Amino acid sequence: MDYRAMWESLGMDVKTHDLLCEALPGAFGSVYLSQDNRPEGMDYFYSVVAAIHGLRPAELVEHKKNGGKVVGTFCIHVPDEIPIAAGAIATGLCSGSQFWVPGGEKKLPVATCPLIKASLGARFDRTCPFFRLADMFVGENTCDGKKKAWEILAEDAPVHVMDIPQMKRPEDFAHWENELKGYLKKCEELTGNKVTPAKLREAIILVNKKRKALQRLASFRKLDNIPITGKDMLLVTQIAFYDDPARITEQIHKLCDELEERAKNNFSSFPKGTKRILLTGTPLSIPNWKMHHIIETSGGAVVCEEMCTGIRYYEKCVDESGSTIDEMIHNLAQRYMGGIHCACFTPNAERIDDIKRLVKEYKADGVIDLNLKFCNIYDIEGFFVERELKAAGIPVLGIETDYTDQDSEQLKTRVGAFIEMLGN
Amino acid sequence: MLYAGIDIGSTAAKAVILSEDKSSVIARKLMPSGWNSRQTADEILAWLLSEGYSREDLRVIATGYGRVSVPYADSTLTEITCHGKGAAFLGGNDLTVIDIGGQDTKVIVLHGGRVVDFVMNDKCSAGTGKFLEVMSNRMGLTLQEFFALAEKGHEVKISSMCTVFAESEIVSLMGLGTPREDIACGAVGSVAAKVSTLVNRKSPSGVYFLTGGFCESPFLVEKLSATLNAEVKTCPDARFAGAIGAALLGK
Repeated sequence: MDYRAMWESLGMDVKTHDLLCEALPGAFGSVYLSQDNRPEGMDYFYSVVAAIHGLRPAELVEHKKNGGKVVGTFCIHVPDEIPIAAGAIATGLCSGSQFWVPGGEKKLPVATCPLIKASLGARFDRTCPFFRLADMFVGENTCDGKKKAWEILAEDAPVHVMDIPQMKRPEDFAHWENELKGYLKKCEELTGNKVTPAKLREAIILVNKKRKALQRLASFRKLDNIPITGKDMLLVTQIAFYDDPARITEQIHKLCDELEERAKNNFSSFPKGTKRILLTGTPLSIPNWKMHHIIETSGGAVVCEEMCTGIRYYEKCVDESGSTIDEMIHNLAQRYMGGIHCACFTPNAERIDDIKRLVKEYKADGVIDLNLKFCNIYDIEGFFVERELKAAGIPVLGIETDYTDQDSEQLKTRVGAFIEMLGN
Repeated sequence: MLYAGIDIGSTAAKAVILSEDKSSVIARKLMPSGWNSRQTADEILAWLLSEGYSREDLRVIATGYGRVSVPYADSTLTEITCHGKGAAFLGGNDLTVIDIGGQDTKVIVLHGGRVVDFVMNDKCSAGTGKFLEVMSNRMGLTLQEFFALAEKGHEVKISSMCTVFAESEIVSLMGLGTPREDIACGAVGSVAAKVSTLVNRKSPSGVYFLTGGFCESPFLVEKLSATLNAEVKTCPDARFAGAIGAALLGK
């Protein structure tokens, strides 16, 4: 399938974009297709990645032809349920490739986190269809870098910024409910559709179903013999930010049915003696598979991601009991603010409690605390992560990296040594 | 069966053969890593054979960043595990090992001979052997001459933590007519400061033990000890710590 005509019609820089299209299959092949015994149920997800800038964008183009709107978001504090209830398609926009970073550096200081640089680069260099298709970009001030970057993005794109509180006091929850109401109004204005209680309730149930599917998939990683690699789980999670929620829910359950068979036969995707690693820290946006690949080719298995692209995205559901818009907004605020322990909050001790709980649930041998370069808040919070885990007798390794591959040999040594340490 | 350890670092390659009971080092080889790890590995194999052993007599364990280029190795391990094991052999089971390598510096905490924690410097080469190599080159000196000069100097503060910036800082100091010995002393002091920053990120265990090529640079050991305000032990075999550890871990 050739999508060039579509990309051109979206005003993309197709020539530069070709470079990305040429690089991606190689990277994907060496990380994913090199795995033995891949579950058949992963084929759907592999095919989505193979045409990541074609398949789904074509659906969004179709949706827009029929008068539909697309809302792009950057953060798991921003509920998909609201644009969905307004009849829009919600899509993730976080960018995980070095390809877009130099573009971002044209406008942003080099000492900005690669996720922000790549996101702005993808927009300004016109090399990502999702960044062309979004009718509204929803930013949020979860860090100083993003807060200021949205001002620059807003010069080129329609941006709506949500003010996420920095603390979790009752008044902060009230504030977040107000922000969600503002967002709801904004989505209604964009689409021209009224958000009814029935529509919002339907959206809450739809997104919860996706979460429950991801929870079911993650539960296989608690087994002694893990029937799916961490890399595959990461890929499913990353695609969940972009794909049609109902379709991906069905595909995840199909994959789970296959894994259930594998589990019955005690099938393991990893050789005996593989060390179980819990990853915590900053998000891993598609196509950032670097750390999972290094860990899983160095004698480790990633069993859980205490990350935005992990547990924080799917572990908790929204309470479905509300019947009025106000009640449902209240429930959404509880889930989307109270249920996510991002380093943007102070204090954020719940995150440490979560890591310790997840280490037990997923029987992790050690924790790797991953920090995207120049992410100040996670870097500083690393102090508590390291101290508290050590106090609990849990080995922990701090890693700072970016989207480039320049440090992969040094990372292999650190990760390799950590896994050797867990084995001695 | 004898155990041989090979540690191919960024600057120097080290190899040892241990006695049958693994209680002592019976042969040592030190050579520059050169530009081709594969060729270095071949030269080490030739040395092992020249010592009178056949390949079948030996279990060979490779470590260091060139470990992947030793095709005849029976197994490989990271230099962190090996330096820890080698340092425990040389200096005791409870140590904070400081390894200043050619391209990276690591701090390894040992409890009861086991690695319990470690940290490596970031991508930047400040605080590594490379830093002193660049500085001595800039001053037209060998490392040995550089240390001899540094010992006579009064430390000038070199504040740049980056090798490239520190080099231009040194050029400025030379331009101002600062005595060379003071600059050399400052450069050694800067390495000691950077290393102690790394050390301070971990809870030290027992005494400090320096491994790597600077084990025979008493001035650096002295500076390090002054900066850490604690005794830093080392011994001439400490440059072989990685290779010794690799051989000890051979099964």
